[in-house]
Amino acid sequence: MSSTAKPISILSPAILVPALREAILKLDPRQLVRNPVIFVTEILALLVSAIVVGDLATGQGDVAFSLQIALWLWFTVLFATFAEAVAEGRGKAQAESLRRSKTNLSAKKLLFPQSPGDRSSEIIPAASLKVGDLVLVEAGDIVPGDGEIVEGVASVNESAITGESAPVVRAAGGDRSAVTGGTEVISDWLRVRITTRPGESFVDRMIGLIEGAQRQKTPNEIALSILLSGLTLIFLVAVVTLYGLALYSGTALTVTVLAALLVTLIPTTIGGLLSSIGIAGMDRLIRFNVIATSGRAVEAAGDVDTLLLDKTGTITFGNRMAAEFVPVNGVAERALAEAVLLASLADETAEGRSIVALAEDEYEARLPDPAQAGARFVPFSAQTRLSGVDIGDRRIRKGAVDAVLAFAGLDRATAGSDFLGAVEAIARSGGTPLAVAETGRLLGVVHLKDVVKPGIKERFAALRAMGIRTVMITGDNPVTAAAIASEAGVDEFLAEATPEQKLDYIRKEQAGGRLVAMCGDGTNDAPALAQADVGVAMQSGTQAAREAGNMVDLDSSPTKLIEIVEIGKQILMTRGALTTFSIANDVAKYFAIIPALFVATYPGLGALNLMGLGSAQSAILSAVIFNALVIVALIPLALRGVAYRPVGAAALLSRNLLVYGLGGLVAPFLGIKLIDLAITALGIA
Amino acid sequence: MTLSGWLQIFILLIIVLLLAKPLGLYMARVFSGERTWLDPVLGPLERGLLALAGPGAGREQGWLAYAWSVLWFAVSGFLALYALLRLQGLLPLNPQGFAGLAPDLAFNTAVSFVTNTNWQNYAGETTLSHFSQMAGLTVQNFLSAATGMAVAMAVTRAFSGSSGVVGNFWVDMTRATLYILMPLAILVALAFIAMGVPQTLEASFAATTLEGVQQTIATGPVASQEAIKQLGTNGGGFFNVNAAHPFENPTAFSNALNIVAMLSVSLALMYSFGQMVGNRRQGWALIAVTLVLLCAGIGAIYWAETAGNPLLHAVGVDAAQGNMEGKEVRFGQAMSALYAAVTTGLSNGGVNAMHAALTPLGGLVPMLLIQLGEVLPGGVGSGLYGMIVFAILAVFVAGLMVGRTPELLGKKIEAREMKLAMLAILILPLTILGFTAISAVMPLGTGSILSPGPHGLSEILYAYSSAAGNNGSAFAGLSGNTPWYNTTLGMAMLIGRFAYLVPVLAIAGSLASKPRIPPSSGTFPTDRPLFVGLLIGIILIMGGLQFFPALALGPLAEHFAMISGQSF
Repeated sequence: MSSTAKPISILSPAILVPALREAILKLDPRQLVRNPVIFVTEILALLVSAIVVGDLATGQGDVAFSLQIALWLWFTVLFATFAEAVAEGRGKAQAESLRRSKTNLSAKKLLFPQSPGDRSSEIIPAASLKVGDLVLVEAGDIVPGDGEIVEGVASVNESAITGESAPVVRAAGGDRSAVTGGTEVISDWLRVRITTRPGESFVDRMIGLIEGAQRQKTPNEIALSILLSGLTLIFLVAVVTLYGLALYSGTALTVTVLAALLVTLIPTTIGGLLSSIGIAGMDRLIRFNVIATSGRAVEAAGDVDTLLLDKTGTITFGNRMAAEFVPVNGVAERALAEAVLLASLADETAEGRSIVALAEDEYEARLPDPAQAGARFVPFSAQTRLSGVDIGDRRIRKGAVDAVLAFAGLDRATAGSDFLGAVEAIARSGGTPLAVAETGRLLGVVHLKDVVKPGIKERFAALRAMGIRTVMITGDNPVTAAAIASEAGVDEFLAEATPEQKLDYIRKEQAGGRLVAMCGDGTNDAPALAQADVGVAMQSGTQAAREAGNMVDLDSSPTKLIEIVEIGKQILMTRGALTTFSIANDVAKYFAIIPALFVATYPGLGALNLMGLGSAQSAILSAVIFNALVIVALIPLALRGVAYRPVGAAALLSRNLLVYGLGGLVAPFLGIKLIDLAITALGIA
Repeated sequence: MTLSGWLQIFILLIIVLLLAKPLGLYMARVFSGERTWLDPVLGPLERGLLALAGPGAGREQGWLAYAWSVLWFAVSGFLALYALLRLQGLLPLNPQGFAGLAPDLAFNTAVSFVTNTNWQNYAGETTLSHFSQMAGLTVQNFLSAATGMAVAMAVTRAFSGSSGVVGNFWVDMTRATLYILMPLAILVALAFIAMGVPQTLEASFAATTLEGVQQTIATGPVASQEAIKQLGTNGGGFFNVNAAHPFENPTAFSNALNIVAMLSVSLALMYSFGQMVGNRRQGWALIAVTLVLLCAGIGAIYWAETAGNPLLHAVGVDAAQGNMEGKEVRFGQAMSALYAAVTTGLSNGGVNAMHAALTPLGGLVPMLLIQLGEVLPGGVGSGLYGMIVFAILAVFVAGLMVGRTPELLGKKIEAREMKLAMLAILILPLTILGFTAISAVMPLGTGSILSPGPHGLSEILYAYSSAAGNNGSAFAGLSGNTPWYNTTLGMAMLIGRFAYLVPVLAIAGSLASKPRIPPSSGTFPTDRPLFVGLLIGIILIMGGLQFFPALALGPLAEHFAMISGQSF
């Protein structure tokens, strides 16, 4: 999916043109009623429009002024619906390209599902598949629906879903047995049991999510909507009662100016942008190649207190690697390095390769040139637990400590304190000692350890600054786990973890009021993924894991949880920032409109006209225009989100309060004044 | 403004601050059900009262049961007081032989005292018997204050526990009365008597003045009522002119005691809150918010009053005195400003100067202090729970900006809390602006106005602000003792008290059943200066913004007119 790789600019005509059309369709009051602030604005726009029509018919009233107010009220509503349409537009384009990947699919339904290996099948439309059907997928075929591989191994191109062009291997059994509808089998064949009904497959869910068809308000969005509706009500009371107070003071206010005052006071800025913020957040997640099954999960990600990470593949590379050579009995370091290098030349395991790399790069060991001639390599076997090389009369072996001791004709009592000390030091630090001996003599020990990925410590430090505790889950023994935990900088670890322990740990954290995120890929992770508040399943994982989690990471990269958390936080921050901005704006609007309304009755109130606005009408019009334009001006911010920095809550808040609180207080004073200057210059009010 | 004036103000505020911690700790012990040094004396009395109420009367209640208890108690208190006022003529201790009150006035007065408002549409010394003052009003002075404290404690427990219960109203109310209000009231009353405030059951005296005119000098059990009037932030004075009367407030020292007595309990309750939720800094943060806004209010009144009225200066009144109209010379500008700010910030409503005679800006401040929601520091208890509603709004709006679901003291603020908080916040503008607008356009309302123009609007606005905010101070100038005002002001008081209190208790119930999330570095700390500043901003914007148009047409219009040489 090329669109995931490079995001479509919101300014491209491909988005803007359909968005304009959508924006007008969204004016339908039945849709707008979901957004109370903008709904009220639309009612007021209708009201003022009716007054304009009435005034035109009777020839009374200030038609030019009312008409301009009416127009700008409509623009306010339109800008809000436009913002939502733009936010949805990008997702729609992505959904379109997904949908293309699954049009007109056909399936090869197996005729003899009971006989393994049998590949005779009939071709039926994919849409008529039922859960439990067995289908055959061969090289060049598109997988007709989500399913579980029951037989076969094949390489699959999942780029339609993940955007990653390198094919992945899928096989029956184990944690790599799920296939996704819409992906293409490149080589070999698979027998697949269909696990979802057509229309409910992973791709269908993705399309639905992206298009926002299943979008429901998240808990926090609901709470914020209530605040905004409450504010709207409060200002409605203030404006309606102002009519009576003005009447007492000898001013009969018109509906037009009251409507203008009300629209500028109610929080239209955040009201107009609220849904765009959520949609854009989901969209950012999708561009990160993460699919969330609900907005609720994304929001919960922002609240996560504890992060459970699998050690293997996330924190460490997953293979033990040589980290150090420890010579014993007076052997030179270089001599040990060369001996180990020789012994490992034919060792194609990850451990063996890492020994070669370490010896050549760090210890600058070089092979004696003729040495390889006549060399006989001894491969590792589970019985001997040794591998090595025989060159002439040199017999070099490396392997488990006891096996090497036996090879050298020694035991723990005769090995010497030098050797035993080195072995014990390595074991205590969580590493694995690999003994090396030549014929009857111990040369030293290779320190094998789980290597922590570079940069991971900094990421955990960043998480800690966000207030998130990281917990490493590993099947290792506690000693090894503790060593890796301290090296990677995680806050806690769970050693020798079983699925039950993971589940218990999550429950314990949740009972303490904490929100837990975890990522996993195996079937045995499924209960924990389901229990966690945010469960991120790897796309490469099993169907069970993918069903249990509430997010799927298409790139299968577990550290992505950090970005997910950031996106969750960004959504909340953007909402908070625009709410603060919106409320702070009201101060300036009062100072623009109130003196304008009453200066005729009480000339002294002109002193409140701090901005020195041209006339009463231009003051009111400027406030309304500012109020409408600020929505458009903030669309990019709503879509991009307020930047998150892991600097701690207090620092973050003081910065945002300064920018959006103080900024919200000052900006409208400047904006309204500028618009007023323009209006006065044009002479339209 | 003078240095000595400011010194007087600050010395009094410092005394109050010094009292906040010991008094706050004591009250926290009382409401946590712990032993206090008064137990040997009051313990048996408390147990006896609860035993009278029947077995199980002290069981922990959920919010709904708690709210029903509050309402039931208020209704019975209202009915008893209403009957007492109506039947005054038949009851004892009535040396002046006052008749029963008219239905609308009795309704207004009973509501006024049950809601801790103490709006006085009657002149105490010429309307009420000693029995009505003592058995009626003073009893409600204690009970309405104790009710406020009880509700505040229910809200406090919502943050400290997570079991869903919020305490027991009958226990809280009894303990507030017995352990806190009674002992303090006895102390303060004795101090007032020492300062020359009368305490007698005698009838009024007749005296012949130097000019040979007959004068009636009213007296009665003044000191005892004065003490609880301040401690319970009731504000209903024995005399019509309240604490400006030389018998209620004879000297500068009695004035100081008045101010300390009314401020200390409300402020100390904020400290108790911090103590009970396990974060004393939180208590100090709320106190800081209060004092910053209160000092701004005091400063504004003090400045406006010493600047005086240019119209009067033009006709030869000494400008150096500032505006002394309606003020007592024995208190002066500073103490009048302090009293005016404190009594309105506090929901007390007693006055030692006539607020209607303040300069327009000097009069705007007390009005705004009431409209901000009576949280600075507000009535005993009611101020604390009002402040917590604002704190909930503050963490919600700004808390989002740290990228987490907002939480206050570890309790998540979600849709239900927001709904209830907005409901509570809506009450004040709806009641104040609604009734004011109706009264401003109907002859029933405008007929009572003494001065036309913007000042008249201020009179109405102040009356409804005072009633809905349960303050009870009057701008005067408005003839409030009419059926229209007696009834609508009574309604405003009821709505302002109970329509606010029930959603607040519902918030308490909702929070009480939530787990308390331990703080992390991602949590927004609510006990730092940043939060203090934020809360001040939220109180000003959410509490004050909606009143700006009304204030512009009232005191602001009058102020600018005064500057340009026009008076109303």
